[in-house]
Amino acid sequence: MAKVVAVTGNEAVANALRQANPDVCAAYPITPQTDIMQRFSGFVADGLVNTELILVESEHSAMSACVGASAGGGRVITATSSQGLALMWEILFIAAGDRLPIVMPLVNRALSAPLNIHGDHSDGMGARDCGWIQLWSENAQEAYDNTLQAFRIAEHMDVRLPVMICLDGFIISHSIERLEYLDDAEATDFVGKYTPLYPLLDVDHPVSYGPLILPDLYMEYKRAQHEVMTKAGKVVLDVAADFAKVTGRNYGLFESYRLDDAEIALVILNSAAGTAKDTVDEFRGKGIRAGLLKPRLFRPFPYREVAEALKSAKAVCVLDRADSFGGFGPMYMEIASAMMLNGAKPLLINKIYGLGGRDFLPEHAELVLSELAEIAKSGAVRTFKEYIGVRE
Amino acid sequence: MKPKGWKELPPGSVVTKPGSAEEFKTGSWRSFRPVWVPENCIQCLFCWMYCPDMAIKVKDGKREQFDYDYCKGCGICARECPGKKGQKAIIMVEEGK
Ligand code: SF4
Ligand code: SF4
Repeated sequence: MAKVVAVTGNEAVANALRQANPDVCAAYPITPQTDIMQRFSGFVADGLVNTELILVESEHSAMSACVGASAGGGRVITATSSQGLALMWEILFIAAGDRLPIVMPLVNRALSAPLNIHGDHSDGMGARDCGWIQLWSENAQEAYDNTLQAFRIAEHMDVRLPVMICLDGFIISHSIERLEYLDDAEATDFVGKYTPLYPLLDVDHPVSYGPLILPDLYMEYKRAQHEVMTKAGKVVLDVAADFAKVTGRNYGLFESYRLDDAEIALVILNSAAGTAKDTVDEFRGKGIRAGLLKPRLFRPFPYREVAEALKSAKAVCVLDRADSFGGFGPMYMEIASAMMLNGAKPLLINKIYGLGGRDFLPEHAELVLSELAEIAKSGAVRTFKEYIGVRE
Repeated sequence: MKPKGWKELPPGSVVTKPGSAEEFKTGSWRSFRPVWVPENCIQCLFCWMYCPDMAIKVKDGKREQFDYDYCKGCGICARECPGKKGQKAIIMVEEGK
């Protein structure tokens, strides 16, 4: 029987990591992630897991130790946020290029400067191209569920790639919510046993990791890396189907909320999607056909499926909690690419919101939906990129 | 060796065959070639000890020719070679000359 509890997002994620019983964890503290690894080190100290905990001097070392342990043949975890992820950057590519199925919760936080410890998506979006699979989570339940599923996805023999589970700093990591845990036995059974592939510690079958690959072969390796990413989407869906059997909770590549007949739609990630859904309901109540798409799998990005889901809309706004200075928001660029498959339709605008943990309020969603209703009627876009909830 | 296509590669560029460096003839990287001058050689085997590529062949305790399949032409052997009466037993010659 599932246990219903009131916990923070960090506590939920820490317990998913405990239930997966990793072989090695290498971690370094950073707000707002610290709490996950603090709790996990408690599990190690209390003998609740068989994990070797490596305390390192930086996130660069944490990810380096993870790479070594994973190549050695273990199930490996860490967790980080913001500057911590930025410091790992060099090694993130190595983990993915070496196809090491490391699992890492990323508690999303803004990047310096100016220094800010609150939730935004700049960290995860900055790691877009490092070859990790990214799952994004609206609330504590999704963060917990995604973490358990991440092990199955990462360790699947058709995938063997590292997975990042993103949840909003403070808004989710430190807020207490209702949550259903799987029983330990059920969770452990769902995650399954770890099967190493080419482990360095198998001395009867010696292997080398990280060879020098020059222009005569490098591009072939990169092409193969793209191929495996394109296959990961199917595994994500298969794992989600298995998860639904155990929990009754359904996950897809993204969540479609009242989207089927929607004329106007929002695309929005993580916690702010919860707020925006209420406003969508309000507009529906007024007879306006509003809907919402909340991405879950950001890498690999499900372009075709997203294009299909937004095909019938007249106007769509992509809300980004991260920015590309001098460019559009990172999610906007993905959705715009997806819309090319629909013949560059529907009309697509971009709003930047919630940077550095600024609240996203129902009135922000209202403003955007009203503007979309205007655009749908007139076919005219006033401005393609704009910041909301910011003082002049 | 026929170059591999992307569908034939092992995941993660893992090298699963021990000692496979032998298959790669790195001699083509050389721009200077060490040349042995046997009359100046005192058979001290410094060159054999210093060569990072094991490109100096030794048989029955005696130095033989260079293995040009693997010698990358770094010149370490030539630098370390004491030779005889100030005359080096290894000299570096530019490839193609
Ligand atoms: S040049 Fe360098 S690689 Fe070649 S034989 Fe001398 S030491 Fe070895
Ligand atoms: S270092 Fe010079 S002298 Fe000594 S064995 Fe080699 S070639 Fe001969």
